[in-house]
Amino acid sequence: MTLKEVINSNNFIVTTEICPPKGVEVKPLLEKAKILKGLVDAVNVTDNQRAKMNLSSLAFSRLLVEEGFDPIFQMTCRDKNALALQSDILGAYALGIRNILAITGDYPIGGTVRPVYDLDSVQLISTIKKMANEGIDSFGDKLLGKPDFLVGGAVNPGSEPLEPQLIKMKKKIAAGTDFFQTQVIYDIELFKKFLEEVNDPNLKIIAGIFPLKTYKLAVFLNEKVPGVKIPPEILSRMEKSANPENEGLEIAADLINQVKTLCSGVHIMTLNSLEMVEALISRTNLK
Amino acid sequence: MIITEPKNKDQILKSLADVKSVFVVGCGRCATSCSTGGEKEVGAMVDFLKASGKEVLGSKVMEAPCDERIVIKDHAANTSQIDKADAILAMSCGAGVQVIAEVSGKHTLPALDSMFLGKTKRHGKFSELCIMCGDCLLEDTGGICPVSRCSKGLLNGPCGGSHNGKCEVNENYDCGWYLIFEKLKKLNKMDKLKEFRKPKDYSRIIRPRKVETK
Repeated sequence: MTLKEVINSNNFIVTTEICPPKGVEVKPLLEKAKILKGLVDAVNVTDNQRAKMNLSSLAFSRLLVEEGFDPIFQMTCRDKNALALQSDILGAYALGIRNILAITGDYPIGGTVRPVYDLDSVQLISTIKKMANEGIDSFGDKLLGKPDFLVGGAVNPGSEPLEPQLIKMKKKIAAGTDFFQTQVIYDIELFKKFLEEVNDPNLKIIAGIFPLKTYKLAVFLNEKVPGVKIPPEILSRMEKSANPENEGLEIAADLINQVKTLCSGVHIMTLNSLEMVEALISRTNLK
Repeated sequence: MIITEPKNKDQILKSLADVKSVFVVGCGRCATSCSTGGEKEVGAMVDFLKASGKEVLGSKVMEAPCDERIVIKDHAANTSQIDKADAILAMSCGAGVQVIAEVSGKHTLPALDSMFLGKTKRHGKFSELCIMCGDCLLEDTGGICPVSRCSKGLLNGPCGGSHNGKCEVNENYDCGWYLIFEKLKKLNKMDKLKEFRKPKDYSRIIRPRKVETK
């Protein structure tokens, strides 16, 4: 089933993500990706994540189509102007890509990179949906055919204060967002509170899950990544564990089991440790 | 006000490598307020250049080096010294440097970097408030500009990197959208925050821009 079909069928959604390589040797990663066959409904392809240059998200999304996956082409507003973004949207459709995650993109700090942000994430979602539904681009010009994309947006349930995030989320919903992927969550109570605030049971919300590998990583995420809160008991489990990688998987499996009844799906992020995706899915009987 | 920062002294000397004699120009407006190109800083620059082996033929803090009329007048009054100099060192914003270069016809070098349009918080402390986008939207954002005060210039609310009122780019930066949110809440104008904003009209920044009101 395609992601669209899974979403429409109301089945629990399982997605993961791949960060394209820095370089042109794509075969090892594509080979590794085979482990995901039949385990996930769709695979996100990150777009120069953390504002670091890698092989293009569009190109790797196409490679995944060729391998029989349903990719979610991540598009940030950071690197391309309104012309290039829309040109890539058309290109992606022509290459068999059917899902886009439209996000702002981390700011590139230092060096000779000047970010663009011609469009923001709400405007990008609105643009893609207008192209898909009306066959018109952001300049008001008619397209040959309609690129019918499923469009995802991002939301951070841990944002403090939450209200401005929710207001922006509502704008994304009004613009036609089909599903939301959340920032990684560790605090289930905070996630429940977020869902209560959103208060829209029909909304497709896919919870971000990132298995911790080390205590140091947990501390880093907790202290440095905006809106990521790791409860003290999880930090303590990671600190005390003799096998932190396994502990991280256990914690992630617990989280998945808890969100199963709360939202529409999970998005498992492992920074290309795809065997961890497999391990988690099997521990949680997701597939 | 245009906020300027002094260039590194070594960089200035490097740009003056082939120059034996200099005339130094300061700015009586913004650079004086920034303490980067007023009487005091011009005096210190003259001393520094002399100590570095340069011949300084004179100096003048022009009232506004960005105003061509003033520069023409000040240039005429100092023409004997300026004409003899190999170069002019301008302690003004980039607009001033260019007007001086054009009016004098001389090799003119910048001593400052032009940083931004902003406010003076206190002596020596400035912050950016406007990028001069030509499409002002302050009426909808509680008098706080998201284009200059959100690092990404977003128009429809904060990104996921906003946290506890701070920005992902630098935890010492306030999130512009957090400030707007708080202000609109106070003004009881939260409906403004909920409005979808279309992309900006970038035709207003096709460079070089000209404004002619008469």
